[in-house]
Amino acid sequence: MNIPNLFKIALKALANNKMRGFLTMLGIIIGVASVITMLAIGQGSKKSIQSQISEMGSNMIMIQPGADMRGGVRQSASAMETLKLTDFRNIVDETRFLAAVSPTVNSSGQIIYGGANKPTTIYGVNQDYLEIRRYSVNDGRMFSQQDIAGAAKVCVVGKTVVDELFINGENPVGKVIRFNKIPFTIIGVLAGKGYNGMGMDQDDVILAPFTTIQKRILAITHLQGVNASALKEEYTQQAIDEISAILRRNHKLKPDDADDFTIRSMEELSSMMTSTMNLLTVLLASVAGISLLVGGIGIMNIMYVSVTERTREIGLRMSIGAKGRDILSQFLIESILISVTGGLIGVLLGVVLSVLVNIGANFPIYIQTWSIILSFGVCTVTGVFFGWYPAKKAAGLDPIEAIRFE
Amino acid sequence: MKKIIRLEHIGRDFQVGDELVRALRDVSFTLFEGEFVTVMGSSGSGKSTLLNTLGCLDTPTRGEYFLDGVSVRAMGKNARATLRNRKIGFVFQSYNLLPKTTAVENVELPLMYNSAFGAAARRRKAVEALKDVGLGDRLNHKSNQMSGGQMQRVAIARALVNDPALILADEATGNLDTRTSYDILALFQRLHAQGRTIIFVTHNPDIALYSSRNILLKDGRVLADTTNDNVRSATDVFAQTPADND
Repeated sequence: MNIPNLFKIALKALANNKMRGFLTMLGIIIGVASVITMLAIGQGSKKSIQSQISEMGSNMIMIQPGADMRGGVRQSASAMETLKLTDFRNIVDETRFLAAVSPTVNSSGQIIYGGANKPTTIYGVNQDYLEIRRYSVNDGRMFSQQDIAGAAKVCVVGKTVVDELFINGENPVGKVIRFNKIPFTIIGVLAGKGYNGMGMDQDDVILAPFTTIQKRILAITHLQGVNASALKEEYTQQAIDEISAILRRNHKLKPDDADDFTIRSMEELSSMMTSTMNLLTVLLASVAGISLLVGGIGIMNIMYVSVTERTREIGLRMSIGAKGRDILSQFLIESILISVTGGLIGVLLGVVLSVLVNIGANFPIYIQTWSIILSFGVCTVTGVFFGWYPAKKAAGLDPIEAIRFE
Repeated sequence: MKKIIRLEHIGRDFQVGDELVRALRDVSFTLFEGEFVTVMGSSGSGKSTLLNTLGCLDTPTRGEYFLDGVSVRAMGKNARATLRNRKIGFVFQSYNLLPKTTAVENVELPLMYNSAFGAAARRRKAVEALKDVGLGDRLNHKSNQMSGGQMQRVAIARALVNDPALILADEATGNLDTRTSYDILALFQRLHAQGRTIIFVTHNPDIALYSSRNILLKDGRVLADTTNDNVRSATDVFAQTPADND
C-alpha cells in the first residue's frame, strides 16, 4: 500500500476520535511547550549574565605584581614595585593578541567640590582603559597623550561622582575638584554603565592620566598593575601566555622560578558563570523532558487501547488483503501524526509562553533554533518509539481471530 | 469449464493443549467457475476451518489447495494477503464495515491495498459496485445511518469491487431478519446469474434450497456433495414475505 493512502487512513482514524486524539496530543503539546519554555528561560538567564560580564569586558586581562617574598614575608600587590613601565611598553610592542593595554595605579582619598565631598578611588590609566572596561565619554573628552606625557591635572569622572558632587546639577566639565588637596580639572564625563554582575557601581569612578597619579599623588615610578584586553575572548589564553613570557624575561626569572606577577582574566569568571547557568538549563529541561516522556507514554497507552478496540477492523483489513506491514505503518503513522502535530502546536505554545514569561515576569528569555529542533525531533522519535509496540501488536494479529473478536 | 477451486485431501490439525484436534480430516472437491455452493454443517463440522482455508487466511496441514490455478499451500503470509486482495471477496455475518465511514469509502477499501488503482479509479469502481447491489442512492451514507440489509449490501459491494474469482460468504444472512435474508439471498442469486462464483458457508439448511450445489460437512469430512436441480428463487419468496409493520 502506498504512503498517501496510509496517511488518508490514519487521518480518518484520528478524525473519528477527535477528543481522544486531542487529549493524547495534549501530553505532547505540554511536554514540548515546557521544554522550549524552560530552555528559553535557562538560555535567557545565561545570556543575560554573559552580557553583563561582557559589559565589564569579557576579554579583559588583569596583571598584578604578586607572589613576591621579602625575607619570607609575602607582600601585598600594591607594595610591590616589580611591575615597571618598561614591562607595559614591551607588552604593548610585543604581543599579537591584545587590542588595548593600559597601566594602572590608583589611590584612595576624599574628593571635594564646593561643599560636597565623598570618599573615592582615583584610577591612573591611559586612553586604552576606556576600551578595556567598555567605557565611553559622554560629555567633554578623554585625556590625550599630551596630558599623559605632561602629567596633566585633568580627570574624567563617572556619573555617580557627578551626581554626588554636583548636587545643583551644573555642568561638571571644566570644573575643578580636589583630590587630597590636589586640584583636577574635569574634562569629560563617562556614559553611565550601571551596576555590574557583582553589584559594583561602575559609574563611581575617576580616571586620570597614570603619570599624574604616579608623580603627583603616589610619588612612585612603578606600576600597580596593567589592564589589557584580548582581541577576542578566545585569544585570551594566548595573550596571557605571551604576557607571561615577556614579564618573566624582563624580570629575569629562571625557568624554575615562580612568577612574580599574577595574570587573571574575566574569561575564568565568565566560564564559571556559564557552567552554572548550563547546569540550571539542564535541570529545567530535564524536568520538562519528563513531561514529554509522560506524553509519549500517553500515546503508547492510547494506541494500545486503539489497537484492541479496532481488532475487528484490523482483521477485516487483513482479510481483504492488508499485509502485516500495512497495518504496522497505519498505526505507526497514526502515532507519528499525533506526536508531530502535538509537537508543532507545542513549539508554537512554547514560543508564546516564553514571550509571555518575558513580558509578564520581565524575565530574560532566549529561544534558540536548536531547542526547537531538539524538542521537535524528540517528540517525533517519541511517536515512533511509543507507537511501535502497539503497531507491532496490531500487525501481528491473526486475521481469523481478529475478525471474530468481540 | 474453468476450475476455480481444487481441494485435494485437505487436512488441518490444531494443537489445543495436549490434545490434537483434527478440524479437517480429508476434504476434496472441485469448484467450477459460475457455481453457487452452500457449505453446510453443524458446529464442529469443520466449516469455519474450511472457510479460513478457502479464504487463504489459513494453510492446510496436509493436502493441496489450488485457487484459480495457484497453489496456496506453500504461500507465505504476505503472498496470501495479496492473493486475498486480488482473488477473493469476503462477506461476513456481522458486515464488518468501518464505523463512521461512508459506503463508498468502505467499498473502496480493498482497492486501497492494490497500488494498481488510483483515487479516481477506486471511486469509480466503488460507485459501480454499489450500484450493482442497488445502493446507488446511498453512496455517502455512513455505516451507522444504514439498516442491517443495507450494511450487508455495502459489504457485498466491497466483496465485488476487486472483481474476485471467488466470493466467500460466511453466514452472510445470520444477522438479518427473515425477509431481509431473502432479499440478500436474491442479491447473491443475481450475482450468480451474472456468472460469479460464490461459496456460502452456513449452518442453516434453508439456504441450500437457493444454491446450485450443496456440500455437507461432518467431522471434518465431506458427507454429501449434491447438485440442486430445483433452485428456488429468493426474489419470489421475498415478494411473498410480508413486511413487518409493527
